[in-house]
Amino acid sequence: MSETYEPKIVAFFCNWCTYAAADLAGVSRMKYAPNLRTIRVMCSGRVDPQFVLEAFARGADGVLIGGCHPGDCHYISGNYKCLRRFKLLKRVVEQMGIEPDRLRLEWISASEGDKLRQVVNEFVAKLRELPPLNLPQRFVEWDKEVAELHNMVAAAEEQQKSEEVTSHA
Amino acid sequence: MPEKPKIAFYWCASCGGCEESVVDLAESILDVAGAVDIVFWPVAMDFKVSDVEAMPDQSILATMINGAIRTSEQEEMARLLRRKSQYIIAYGSCAHLGGIPALANQFSREQILEYVYKQAPSVTNPEGVTPQPRFSDNGHEVTLPEFRNVVRALDQVIEVDYYLPGCAPSPKLLAQAVGALLKGELPPKGSVLAPDVALCDECPRKESKPTEVSFKEFKRPHEVIADPNLCFLAQGLICMGPATRSGCGAACITGNMPCTGCYGPPSRVRDQGAKILSSLCANVAAEDEAEIEKILSTIPDPVGTFYRYSLARSLLRRRVDLK
Amino acid sequence: MENNGKEVRIGVYICHCGLNIAGTIDVKAVCDYAQTLPHVALARTYKYMCSDPGQEMIIADIAEHGLNRIVVAACSPNLHEATFRGALQRAGLNPYYFQMVNIREHGSWVHEDRKAATEKAKDQVRAAVARVQYHKPLERKRFAVDQSVLVVGGGIAGITAALEIANSGKHVYLVEREPSIGGHMAKYDKTFPTLDCAACILTPKMSEVREHPNITLWTYSEVQEVAGHVGKFQVKVRRKPRYIDEELCVGCMECVSACVYKEPKFEDEFNEGLGKRKPIFMPFPQAVPPVVTIDPETCLKFKTGKCKSPCATVCDRKAVDFSQTERIEEIEVGAVIIATGFKTFDATRLPLYGYGIYANVYTSLEVERLVNSSGPTGGEIVCRNGRKPKSIGIIHCVGSRDKKTNRWCSRVCCMYSLKLAHLLREHTGADVYQFYIDMRCPGKGYDEFYERLLDEGIQMIRGRAAEVTDWTMTPEEEGKLVIRVEDTLSAYVRRIPVDMVVLSVGLEPAAGADEVRRMFNISCSKEGFFLEKHPKLAPVETATAGVFIAGCCQGPKDIPDTVAQAGAAAAHAIALLDKGFVEIEPNTAYINPDHCSGCKSCIPLCPYHAISFDEQLKKARIDEALCAGCGTCVAACPSGSIIQNLFEDDQIFSEIDEVLSHV
Repeated sequence: MSETYEPKIVAFFCNWCTYAAADLAGVSRMKYAPNLRTIRVMCSGRVDPQFVLEAFARGADGVLIGGCHPGDCHYISGNYKCLRRFKLLKRVVEQMGIEPDRLRLEWISASEGDKLRQVVNEFVAKLRELPPLNLPQRFVEWDKEVAELHNMVAAAEEQQKSEEVTSHA
Repeated sequence: MPEKPKIAFYWCASCGGCEESVVDLAESILDVAGAVDIVFWPVAMDFKVSDVEAMPDQSILATMINGAIRTSEQEEMARLLRRKSQYIIAYGSCAHLGGIPALANQFSREQILEYVYKQAPSVTNPEGVTPQPRFSDNGHEVTLPEFRNVVRALDQVIEVDYYLPGCAPSPKLLAQAVGALLKGELPPKGSVLAPDVALCDECPRKESKPTEVSFKEFKRPHEVIADPNLCFLAQGLICMGPATRSGCGAACITGNMPCTGCYGPPSRVRDQGAKILSSLCANVAAEDEAEIEKILSTIPDPVGTFYRYSLARSLLRRRVDLK
Repeated sequence: MENNGKEVRIGVYICHCGLNIAGTIDVKAVCDYAQTLPHVALARTYKYMCSDPGQEMIIADIAEHGLNRIVVAACSPNLHEATFRGALQRAGLNPYYFQMVNIREHGSWVHEDRKAATEKAKDQVRAAVARVQYHKPLERKRFAVDQSVLVVGGGIAGITAALEIANSGKHVYLVEREPSIGGHMAKYDKTFPTLDCAACILTPKMSEVREHPNITLWTYSEVQEVAGHVGKFQVKVRRKPRYIDEELCVGCMECVSACVYKEPKFEDEFNEGLGKRKPIFMPFPQAVPPVVTIDPETCLKFKTGKCKSPCATVCDRKAVDFSQTERIEEIEVGAVIIATGFKTFDATRLPLYGYGIYANVYTSLEVERLVNSSGPTGGEIVCRNGRKPKSIGIIHCVGSRDKKTNRWCSRVCCMYSLKLAHLLREHTGADVYQFYIDMRCPGKGYDEFYERLLDEGIQMIRGRAAEVTDWTMTPEEEGKLVIRVEDTLSAYVRRIPVDMVVLSVGLEPAAGADEVRRMFNISCSKEGFFLEKHPKLAPVETATAGVFIAGCCQGPKDIPDTVAQAGAAAAHAIALLDKGFVEIEPNTAYINPDHCSGCKSCIPLCPYHAISFDEQLKKARIDEALCAGCGTCVAACPSGSIIQNLFEDDQIFSEIDEVLSHV
């Protein structure tokens, strides 16, 4: 594993708790790793499992979902819906060969800027212990077997065409 | 008499059910046969590849290809037919989304060959022979198509114009598609030729579903005798209907089996499995973590359950730690 | 990408925020990069985008360059999203053709590596540029605001807020859990630093509340359930039976005298258990409403059924009503002010100070009652062992500034300790020692009060007291309590024998604060005090629109600050009601009826019951007025048929794809 490997993390933060905690971490000038790319949603209940899979498929090494603590959801119960999805999604992800540590759900309230800092730093450290996931690259590797044939057929067709042209000439 | 439009059928990694479904057109197959020339249909008529190669490019109006793409030969044929056809229609779940064969995307080629040729309980293979792409016998070299690492949907190999979904597509949809094709009244390229609304819309049990269904456990079809009149979800049985296109006429439901998702997701959904997971989990009746896990443990194989037909076209496509 | 047939032209603005952003992020590099992105017509940087010239620049560019989408990379959208949307609106562009990128709170302020922070900012800008192309023009929805306000808690904060609002002509429902309003302040004897009598300044306000035509006062009542949203909250208030008809009772106390218990026998909550009361009682003479209450836990009528109930017989107004039951009042209000106060630290949690072990260890609140002339001893300072104290030790920071208990400073203890020292000395002539960590006396006239107390001869010992014991060493010390402390100014350990120990207990979130905040859907800070929307700029607002906080429920504070905050909260509520309408963010969800299959999966998920099943169409439908815009149903819709405005699938997918597209 290369020393310079910087894991890419896509984070889905709920507007009221975890996004606000990240704002607080900023206002408090707490320092944490720059690997996070945060996408704001109103509630962790909005986090569609498709978003998580899309993030992995597009090259995220880790996905972090942040919501309000149980009982504290700004929308009463969205975080429970998130938790339920997360539990099964984690199993799906694992069944699909992605290390379960790459998917993380944390309850971080608006006052827990420091928890946010810790979670991000820990997550980055944890991901550094794993090799880069880099699914886009893997997809390219997988599709090499198709690409070879594709190129071969294309070359043959090209050849045929040019022969036709020559014979007509 | 003007020349009739040319139609071709081809099959790749499939069970043959799609071919049967063409015959399921019953009497109307005669109308189809009267309206078109079937120029290539290996399962029913004797044609050679060289016959196809000899056809001018784009000379076939439409080719319906069923089955997933698993071997190099299927790839070559798909490419050839693409070149010879104006329209390629991915016919059936396997060509559309990878289908059942794509569940093999949870395993590597080596694991599959090892199991199928050596470990499966019904196999007798004392010498441990496995298929080889090249083999020399008495100085003659024999070749076999290569078994690919990855199972693919048709559009992951060639450009596809339309999709006829289903395992197998319903004769009604096929008849409609052929009709539209012959009249030249085709929807925008890339369309799935089935209603873009989920199965519940045409489900005979729709009325029976209460508005407040939540899950304390999930049951599997073999564990219970399903009430033939009540929505499967209301019985705790996983039904993919809410996340699956309609157009089948709720065939499985009518046979008292829940939908397993063969028509694939509506156009607005990128990953059918993730979507049904999202919906079912959100309605799990627990807030406590341990309790949630307990309820979800009644779904022993989420990938096999939610991606039964769509794994190849899912966002992850394949078990990602495989070569 | 098309925009009603028009080409999408995006303007991207990168804010320096002085050096706040530019100090860490290469703003020019981000700007140059933005310029290369598809559909970006123009990218600029500016020192302060939120300033008037910054906004004017956007407005001018929209006109001049035909921009139809705007991206601003600056601070948190929670700070300035509304500002920039306003600028778009003024430029004649739909304000929702805007996306904000947080490169300050989530960027320059939390990262040190300039290169990494700059790359991150580029990724964020790229995602916003992609996202904003999917934005649609939206309208804010307007709803009428109900013209009354609920005030929860009848301490000085709630009283002040209620009176301010009532005086502006709006109706107020004031709900108090205890039998009387007045809160903690009613228990105090004098107030620092002016030493005016708490009752003298509070009781007129309490009476004003009672008599105010615009105030409906419900004491002995609690909020049970809250639904709705800003402008229209539906609230259920549970009114506990006091077994007295409030309309009939005039507070003559004949019933109390007539009670079969000739002497008060039960612990008197108002006097912190230092005095006794009967089962039928009025908590204190100036109680509002001036009516008695029967406590069924101690009343014989309820316990045995065998009492002849002389209380009922003696009342010529027939106000005693044993058949009273709990009542639920249902009201609708446009705004809510929460002023549920605090509780004091439970001193038994620190056994080293001997509270509950040694009789003569008191909490500061108990001493407030002891020095009060209407208190259990009539203002006479007599210890529990009957002695008049000749020496008194006041220990500061009990349950404050202490990693073992509560980390925070309770702000009022230094000052009230000085006040109690003055009062105790005045009443007893005793030597008073203060054991303090630091004296914190900021405030008008506060430090002067401290100086005054020093002149009065109070002994100040700097050091956190180590323990209070009855371990005496000399015959003179016999019967006394010994405070051991390291005097950090003279750097040696001292033993100070005293007759009485007063523990200056800190302030904590009130009992039940968690239930209250969950009911009103507001957050709390780590220690459990209610969380304001912004610590500096929105100190009485909360994350829930229309719910305001005042007084110690938000954090420890003294009476002047509480009153000021209550006034501010009242002003917010009045402003909201006066405006007459609220505009709700259009991030609500809707169902496309052509796509919905009627599977009903979404219906049980909505906590606001905004989704219903249309029996005619056989599809689900969202009532936009009830939708709070969380998006849970959107994520759950198995056929992708629910769309959340501003958080559409395509918008979020484009963000995901673009934050990751950089190689």
